Amino acid sequence: MALLEYESLSIALPGMARPVLDGISLSVFAGEVVALVGESGSGKSVTARAALGLFPAGAGIDGRVRVDGTDLVGADAASLRAVRTTKASMIFQDPRAGINPVRRIGDFLTESLRLGRGWSKDRANARAVELLTAVGLPDPARHLNQYPHELSGGMLQRVMIAAALTAEPRLLLCDEPTTALDVSTQAEIMAILGKLQREHGLGLLLITHDIELAAAACDRIYVMYAGRIVETATTAELFAAPRHPYTAGLLGSSPPLSAPDGPVARLTPIPGAPMGLLDSAPGCSFASRCRFARPGHCDQSPPPLERQGPALVACHRAHELTATPGAVAVAAAGSLSPSKEDS
Amino acid sequence: MSAQIAGVVRGPLTRLRALGGGWLQRLCLLLLVLFVLVSLFAPWLAPQDPTFGGLGAGLAGPSADHWLGTDQGGHDTFSALIEGTRTSLAGPLAVVLFSTVTGIAVGLFTAWRGGWIDTVVGRMLDIVFAFPALLLAILAVAIFGKGMTAPVLAMAIAYMPYTARLVRGLAVQEKARPYIAAYRVQGHSAMFVAVRRLLPNIGPTVLAQSTVNFGYALLDLAALSFLGFGVQPPTPDWGAMINQGQAAVLQGEPLSAIVPAVAVVLVVVAFNVVGESLGDRLAGRDS
Amino acid sequence: MRGAIARALRALRRLAGMAATLLVTSFLVFSSLYLAPGDPASFLVRGRSASPQELAEIRRQYGFDEPFLVRYGQWLEGVLHGDFGRSYLFHQDVSSVIWSRLPASLLLVGVSALMIAVVGVAAGMVGALRRGTRTDATLMLLVTVGAAAPAFVAALLLRSVFGVRLGWFPTIGNGSGVLDRLHHVVLPAVALSVTFMALVTRVTRSAMLDELRREHVEVALSRGTPRRTVIRRHVLRNALGPIVTVSALLVSGMLVSTAIVETAFGMSGVGSLLVQSVNQLDFQVVQAIVLLVVAAFVVVNALVDLVHPLIDPRVAAAGSAR
Repeated sequence: MALLEYESLSIALPGMARPVLDGISLSVFAGEVVALVGESGSGKSVTARAALGLFPAGAGIDGRVRVDGTDLVGADAASLRAVRTTKASMIFQDPRAGINPVRRIGDFLTESLRLGRGWSKDRANARAVELLTAVGLPDPARHLNQYPHELSGGMLQRVMIAAALTAEPRLLLCDEPTTALDVSTQAEIMAILGKLQREHGLGLLLITHDIELAAAACDRIYVMYAGRIVETATTAELFAAPRHPYTAGLLGSSPPLSAPDGPVARLTPIPGAPMGLLDSAPGCSFASRCRFARPGHCDQSPPPLERQGPALVACHRAHELTATPGAVAVAAAGSLSPSKEDS
Repeated sequence: MSAQIAGVVRGPLTRLRALGGGWLQRLCLLLLVLFVLVSLFAPWLAPQDPTFGGLGAGLAGPSADHWLGTDQGGHDTFSALIEGTRTSLAGPLAVVLFSTVTGIAVGLFTAWRGGWIDTVVGRMLDIVFAFPALLLAILAVAIFGKGMTAPVLAMAIAYMPYTARLVRGLAVQEKARPYIAAYRVQGHSAMFVAVRRLLPNIGPTVLAQSTVNFGYALLDLAALSFLGFGVQPPTPDWGAMINQGQAAVLQGEPLSAIVPAVAVVLVVVAFNVVGESLGDRLAGRDS
Repeated sequence: MRGAIARALRALRRLAGMAATLLVTSFLVFSSLYLAPGDPASFLVRGRSASPQELAEIRRQYGFDEPFLVRYGQWLEGVLHGDFGRSYLFHQDVSSVIWSRLPASLLLVGVSALMIAVVGVAAGMVGALRRGTRTDATLMLLVTVGAAAPAFVAALLLRSVFGVRLGWFPTIGNGSGVLDRLHHVVLPAVALSVTFMALVTRVTRSAMLDELRREHVEVALSRGTPRRTVIRRHVLRNALGPIVTVSALLVSGMLVSTAIVETAFGMSGVGSLLVQSVNQLDFQVVQAIVLLVVAAFVVVNALVDLVHPLIDPRVAAAGSAR
């Protein structure tokens, strides 16, 4: 059984033209590192929060989210709390916004232990020092008495990770854990996360807009666009042969950090802007930005997520485009004209 | 996508709430217009001379002759209410006009000069801020005697820092914008830029503040008349009417005091609501 | 260590600022006498025949033969020793007249402050937590009306309904004995509270809404902290700063309103003493009460500034960085 399992989860907000999430199915197994990649506004953060039963206020929810067998949709407060305090923890993007600025670091770390588990102050503090050491903070005892504004962003993100570990979770949700940090700190944080994941055999869901980061850290990748999953495959498969034009676009538009010596491919940005919540399309959401979109074909109905070789792809033209392996990637990189592909 | 979700996507809730907000604001605006009109045409609207009491007709309930009854002296409450709009409007109007004009001048001046002048004037405004308007007005009465002139001036001084601070804050922000520099580069004088170009841009926000101030000045002046320091009988005034109606309240005939009390609250609510919604709209946020 | 020194310096600077403000305030209040038309000495004794000792006493207190600043100095020295001169209405020291009226006013203000804090904060919390519901809309309507309902209107309605109609509470006087005094102070305290309750409700609601939107609240919830605990330890706790700051600004308005409430309810207190003194041309008393009200405002706000770093540690950091 998967540790975390989404079963066609849909979330809709009143007044919006399209659902925030539209039939998300995704799973993370114990000991596995999975990435959910998408542009901002694609719904990836909403997806991550749903794994803790944090749904947007006033939203209409449909489908299932199971953590270790507990369904969080419509769950009561007690079982939600049980999941949050013992099974799953989340690391948020901006630690400075995520830690109460008027309380001490020690308070933040020990709150759940003391209030939730009824630990004594000394015991909780000792545990907090242990955890701060585990995430590589020097002089942890001193930090317990400091306020968040006295620590750097990188230090705070370590505090955030330590706080996530107080629950001794089996599942770790990381929502853009390095985006708010400077580049050198980003690598350290990713290293700490990797180490903890291996040591504790955690299931880890990494939410990021950075497909290269996802590739470096994860076994499998889900690509999300406008509230839907458009492609999923193992990292190797996805990079070798992206099957959805959007995935190919993401790969084309991110600089290849892994191969600094090789020839630097020209960056090709995806034209147009991501679809907002006030826009909707009857067919494929990506059609308006897609070089391969065929009028009368792609804009009729939303494409289902279907198996194409080793991957699942939601594209009306997936079977044509994947007939020649790598064609989409090459075309998206700009060396093959899509008009020829069409004719 | 399930039907349940489809229902939520186009919820009527948001539209309904927006409409509800506008309804209150429009009603309050209407009330203010009515208030101004009544005060302008009071002598023609009042059915009777409120300063002329009929002996023996004291503390009568509502009747065809006296729609809202009479007070202890037999004065017609409805007429007094209508005539009272004039004093209730004139006092706050003077306070707001004076405090707004001086406040704009002080605010623009300090924002433009900056430096130590700005600091010193800022500290002085802080000190004025420590004197509540009503207290300053009472002090003015203690010095100059009862009446409206001295309290209105005192209150104008007490209200001035609110406008001055607002204008200073806005002007400092505006000053940093490129268009002001562009005017200066073209050789326009500081005075010209401040008054002709900057003021129109911050004017609406100042107007919103002044509208709210108007309501509070009305409250303070009514309180002053209630204490017997402001408008002196027989001139009809809401605060003074409430004061005179107090004895009747203890006799179980509160109407002649409650009518002006309700009028005060309604008008102040209207000023607050209109002023705040104006401010909210200018600040680009919905209430 | 460095932080402690910075904190101490900040506190000292704030206290010095408070002293300077008080000095300027006292100067303004002192000078106000000279705005009066005519001779200041005859202004002070107008409307009554003063004995030679009393005239000599005025001369000493105000030093009318000395230069202006010397006069101010002498007056200030007296004030600092609690000597506000003599009241010609009561033929007593101003300080003892005020002192004898103070307990009644303190009881009124104390009971009101308690009501304002408890009801205002509670109502604000309910509004914020039930945002957009009918409860919230009703509360906001009450706040709008309450903020526009001056003490004299509230006093009128309360006396009319709960005093005269229902007869639950006395409508006039201070009462005697603990319980009777409390019984007498209920309606006046409510009348005094209404406006300020509305304002505190509004501030609490908006401060809580601001805080509820912050990510640290979501983080706390995501860690399984019960919602009630999050509201108490993170939302209300963080909203405390704005609530306390705004409440401190309401102090002077509240103290002045005691004049209205005490007059309306025929109570004997400092507020009604102010009104009485204005009516009876007892300027020395007026001057002293004005000075005391403004000083109370200045001191309370300085104190709030001093404790603010305890409520919000970021304030201390910003203060020492400047």
